Amino acid sequence: MLKGRAHKFGDGISTDHIIPGRYAHLRSNLPELAKHVLEDADADFAAKVKPGDFVVGGNNFGLGSSREHAPLVIKMAGVSAILAKSVARIFFRNAINLGLPVLICDTDKINDGDELEVDLAAGTVKDITSGSQLTFGKIPEVMLHILDEGGLIPYIQKHGDFKL
Amino acid sequence: MGKTLAEKILSEKSGGDAQAGDIVIARVDLAFVQDTTGPLTVRQFQSSGMSLSNPEKTLLFIDHAAPSPNASLSNDHILLRDFSRQNGCVLSEVGDGVCHQIVAEAYARPGDVVVGADSHTVTAGGLGAFATGMGSSDVAVAFGLGKTWFRVPETFKIEVTGEFQKGVSAKDLILHLIGKIGADGATYKALEFHGSTIQKMSMAGRFTVANMAVEAGAKVGLFPSDEMTRHYLVSQGRGDDYQLLAADADAVYEKTIEINTAELEPTISRPHTVDNTALAKDLKGTKIQQVVIGTCTNGRLEDLAVAVGILRGKKTAAGVRLIIAPASRRVLLDAIDMGYIKDFVEAGAIILPPGCGPCLGLHQGALGDGEACMSTANRNFKGRMGNPKGFIYLGSPATAAATALTGEITDPREVM
Repeated sequence: MLKGRAHKFGDGISTDHIIPGRYAHLRSNLPELAKHVLEDADADFAAKVKPGDFVVGGNNFGLGSSREHAPLVIKMAGVSAILAKSVARIFFRNAINLGLPVLICDTDKINDGDELEVDLAAGTVKDITSGSQLTFGKIPEVMLHILDEGGLIPYIQKHGDFKL
Repeated sequence: MGKTLAEKILSEKSGGDAQAGDIVIARVDLAFVQDTTGPLTVRQFQSSGMSLSNPEKTLLFIDHAAPSPNASLSNDHILLRDFSRQNGCVLSEVGDGVCHQIVAEAYARPGDVVVGADSHTVTAGGLGAFATGMGSSDVAVAFGLGKTWFRVPETFKIEVTGEFQKGVSAKDLILHLIGKIGADGATYKALEFHGSTIQKMSMAGRFTVANMAVEAGAKVGLFPSDEMTRHYLVSQGRGDDYQLLAADADAVYEKTIEINTAELEPTISRPHTVDNTALAKDLKGTKIQQVVIGTCTNGRLEDLAVAVGILRGKKTAAGVRLIIAPASRRVLLDAIDMGYIKDFVEAGAIILPPGCGPCLGLHQGALGDGEACMSTANRNFKGRMGNPKGFIYLGSPATAAATALTGEITDPREVM
């Protein structure tokens, strides 16, 4: 069970919002890079976010670049999962490859600051603040296996190959 | 049941019957990274304990920050050079050009599966390669295993007919399409381009269209191969890489979108999303401080030829910086031979080395607060060009050149 507070963002949060190219020189210095997480969407996010919290987006979360640093800095901020109405495909794969769950659900019902409880196995999001409950779409099986191992590299280290 | 191009290629590469919705493991013919995603790939790869499955088809490009603007990026470049030397894989150096252009010129073949740690890897779809962007970890695994997993995408058939009007080109077509279906209109899907206009479209135009498939969320933007493709490969000295590739006549498409290019006009993406499109003529009067012609979208010789046709013998407007970034060393050499570079410089342009230029905001043309840029690139997201207080408009080489002459967004038909 994951528990934390929702940090609500709108539609179309791009990888440039999450970690813009102007910080490319910090990509080999991840602790410094991570200080700029989501800076162009909410300049205060890095200061506000607490371990276990959720990033909650709207449509097409994570569109744009293939930079894996985008889900990486969100994970480094201690975020336990990303919830969005829809998510761009490269970002989705990258997040799962880093062991960061991305859950597709109707995030219109979640407000900024709401306390959430996510049950990954049951596929449910309980909004404790509003009292509402949401269900999220099934993650493809191959991705669940990768997520179970904590990401793609640990998965390959363990299995040596893709096991479908 | 007939197969789409995506299903055909993934069937061949997975050794099975790949149909939309299936999860397959496919052989990877070519895997590459660039200098902002490559260092993480190298570290992931090294931590995985794998060795390269095919060093000759493993490519490392130094193009995004080339030449490097600072010590930390220079050190990332050293990491890539060391990895290339130690593992015998291919390194493309500072000044060689943008990864996607070099992959198109020298590596990708019709029917290949190409994975790159850069979202615009889709560019090689212009010559019929199933080419798609992935993150550093996925590409690290492709380096080691020579394969990856895919969900076989459903396909949108894009049927394009009609003659382009004067001043309208492939860039206007793809901006129009993205405006029509939205930045997530094709998420997880393949786009497959058909119709009489596509059959006549040059390879430069096809690469421009394929390059931006990802801006509608698509996994790939695929063109059938044909005589145009064969001529291109022959011109690059690799005619043997050609194979005829077409979807089956009874292939099943999720939907068909028809576009008549005769109805298109010069089209612009306004800040801060690519699907926020408008006609150039309706944005007249919008002041522009920087114009960029180049990138993996529109930095080919044909693009420079269009721009030089508008700029030759004229001067850029006062207060406009015109930046030209050829997509590759080959393009730059050809542009020198054709006299384009002299024409650009005389018109007031700045010539950058082949590479990504200012597109992603880490060097060579960051915007100041409140400044607006007209760019031939593929993305105008907030913060993209080095400053969240900048404004990026996307357009064709013709629109960019016309805008450089007037200092405000200009329909190129006004100056042609």
